[in-house]
Amino acid sequence: MKQLMTGNEAVARGAYEAGVRHASAYPGTPSTEILENLSTYEEIETEWAPNEKVALESAIGAAIAGVRSMVSMKHVGVNVAADPLFTWAYMGVNTGNVLITADEPGMYSSQNEQDNRNYAKAARWAMFEPSDSQECLDMVKAAYDLSEEYDTPVMIRMTTRVCHSKSIVKLGERADVPVREWVKDPAKYVCLPAIARNLRVKLEDRMQRLAAYSETSPFNQAEYREGKIGVIASGICYYHGKEVFGEDVPYLKLGFTNPLPAKLIRDFCARLETVYILEENDPYIQEFVERLGVSCKIVGKDTFPPYGEMTPDVIRTCIHGQGHKTIDFDRSKLIARAPAFCAGCPHRGLFYRLGKRKDIMISGDIGCYTLAAGKPFSAMDSTVCMGASFSIGHGAQKAFDLTGSNKRVVAVLGDSTFFHTGINSLINTVYNKSNTVNIILDNRITGMTGHQDNPGTGFTAKGRPTTLIKIEELVRAIGIRHIRVIDPNHLQEVDEALDAFLALDEPSVIITRWPCALKKFSQADQDEFTDLFITKNKISEDKCTGCRLCMKAGCPAMSFDTERKKAVIHHAQCVGCDVCTQICKHDAIVKEV
Amino acid sequence: MTKSILLVGVGGQGTILASKILTTGLMEAGYDVKMSEIHGMSQRGGSVSSQVRYGEKVYSPVIEKGAADIIVAFEKMEALRNLDYLKESGTLVVNDEEIPSQSVLIGDETYPPDALEEIQKHTENVKVVDASGMARGLGNEKAANMVLLGTIIHAMGLEEIHWDAILEGNIKPRFLDLNKKAIQMGMGAVAG
Repeated sequence: MKQLMTGNEAVARGAYEAGVRHASAYPGTPSTEILENLSTYEEIETEWAPNEKVALESAIGAAIAGVRSMVSMKHVGVNVAADPLFTWAYMGVNTGNVLITADEPGMYSSQNEQDNRNYAKAARWAMFEPSDSQECLDMVKAAYDLSEEYDTPVMIRMTTRVCHSKSIVKLGERADVPVREWVKDPAKYVCLPAIARNLRVKLEDRMQRLAAYSETSPFNQAEYREGKIGVIASGICYYHGKEVFGEDVPYLKLGFTNPLPAKLIRDFCARLETVYILEENDPYIQEFVERLGVSCKIVGKDTFPPYGEMTPDVIRTCIHGQGHKTIDFDRSKLIARAPAFCAGCPHRGLFYRLGKRKDIMISGDIGCYTLAAGKPFSAMDSTVCMGASFSIGHGAQKAFDLTGSNKRVVAVLGDSTFFHTGINSLINTVYNKSNTVNIILDNRITGMTGHQDNPGTGFTAKGRPTTLIKIEELVRAIGIRHIRVIDPNHLQEVDEALDAFLALDEPSVIITRWPCALKKFSQADQDEFTDLFITKNKISEDKCTGCRLCMKAGCPAMSFDTERKKAVIHHAQCVGCDVCTQICKHDAIVKEV
Repeated sequence: MTKSILLVGVGGQGTILASKILTTGLMEAGYDVKMSEIHGMSQRGGSVSSQVRYGEKVYSPVIEKGAADIIVAFEKMEALRNLDYLKESGTLVVNDEEIPSQSVLIGDETYPPDALEEIQKHTENVKVVDASGMARGLGNEKAANMVLLGTIIHAMGLEEIHWDAILEGNIKPRFLDLNKKAIQMGMGAVAG
């Protein structure tokens, strides 16, 4: 059967066909849909882990205990998972284990750009790089066989375009993979120094055997043709390159890229005068080819940028100096269309008030709420990585205190981010004693990645009910003595909590609790939050003075009629959160009846 | 010869469903098809685009600037923003719809009143369609995406594909009739 699938869907399908029984992940663009799709297969037990390190460890455990396992994450997630990643490579698997890293050249929804092929090389994992959805499926299946045959974990490096592009895939049947019974084997699975030293030597032997596989892997294919100019490409660059170089030049398509095939590359280059190396981000293949000492001229990152996507446009422009002819127009007429908090977003009320505070530094984090950095809120002063808000806030507060500054730090992160790595940071704050105000935006779901459950929602990745971990109980157990749970849509509650906790000389936690306006509300949500978004507001035109203060709510349900000089609330979009009502000084915003 | 169709709009306008129906139809008709979407935070009111490419053998899922055979813009500003993707001989279909951005709402920028004129000044083959109005006429503004799909079907000469059957596999039964009519209406809107 043929089907149009995204790369992420095809990875999940490949895992299903490969007989995978256990999968774990932490959501992150562009990887999220892999576990969401895996969850649709009854035969696969899937989990949202609190973070990527835990996800990888869960998958390692499953592979040691005898079932094929998968773990998926975005590129920066691999940084979090890097600790087990390196040692797991020493040990080798029992049953197959595959890690999907979804890299993001171009940073469509990420805080940085990093080439995780470097991880495969540094940690000595076997690695594949698919270029379309069919390859995603085929490589995942091949990766499990390879994993077991060579006793190695396998990484599959995807990029956003591969994850989110659709192409046609031929589906197969699920393999019946028997459980490989776990047997006690400390010499393999207990990385004490004496054991690790043995495994380290064996690891080099394994890499040599994998290098031999790489030479004959069906995923490393030379397309020999006449001509002295050729192309080496991996991942989606292979197809981007074909748009520019056409079908008539020789290609070496590299799909298995750690270890790389030295002989195959030498043989390919030997026929050429010039070889173009097309790869996204770092000169990973290029540096390998350069070290081989091939005699042809190598064109790589001296010509192509080491950042952003290597789309056909970019390749064409770098080689020919220009792309296709385009229509010119007056760009000054373009208006920006940046993403914004949705109508009814529970972050709005908090950041509206927080942004107005003087003498505070707002230490932010990764989530929808990072949008508070922009207008009209201007309520975020730093964002680095998941869970960092509390710890960066702590360090900043220490520095302010040490230098006699009266500045105070308010640190902000979301519920899922708190469970991810924010807990560790808060423990540090308590233990090392700073008096930061720590806000946990509990919107009852993992919001930005499209509503995945987390340890605070009461449901698993499979939608099954589970133990709900209460944030207020957790932070109390850590040693926080000042905790307030507030409704962020009530501006007075926000102000009172901030006033009270900024006056303290010990750390505090404010939990803003209101569900994401886009969430599919559970019964528990409906029981806890009465009258959830059931009203709508309107402008009382005789009272509206046209002062535009309500525009500072940055609500997409509101606009301003410049001719009539009145605010407008769009009926279809308003969900009646009442933040604007409280901002208006003229009682001009009222309920529709 | 690979053809390139670019659908652009604002998060929530239904570009993703329209391109799903389109690509499914193209695949059923025997074409090789690739589609690329960028949808990071687009649910929060950002610009969205779906790139669809089809032909005997498609390589890259990405459309280059100056290479789209047709752009269908679900919103005027998004038409202007993506004008440099259009081939010189390409067709541009614009929904006569204006969605203000956050920067406009808070008064930082003004939505230019002459966005359409700016488009028409630089390209001849522009068809302005009141898809949202037509869909409202059919009883549901959300069907504007199917009106616009209809314009693609006509402009690219894809009438032979069994679109009704494709709709049946992808749309809830109670919306089928509405969507079929919307596609027909879109085809009519760019005919002649």
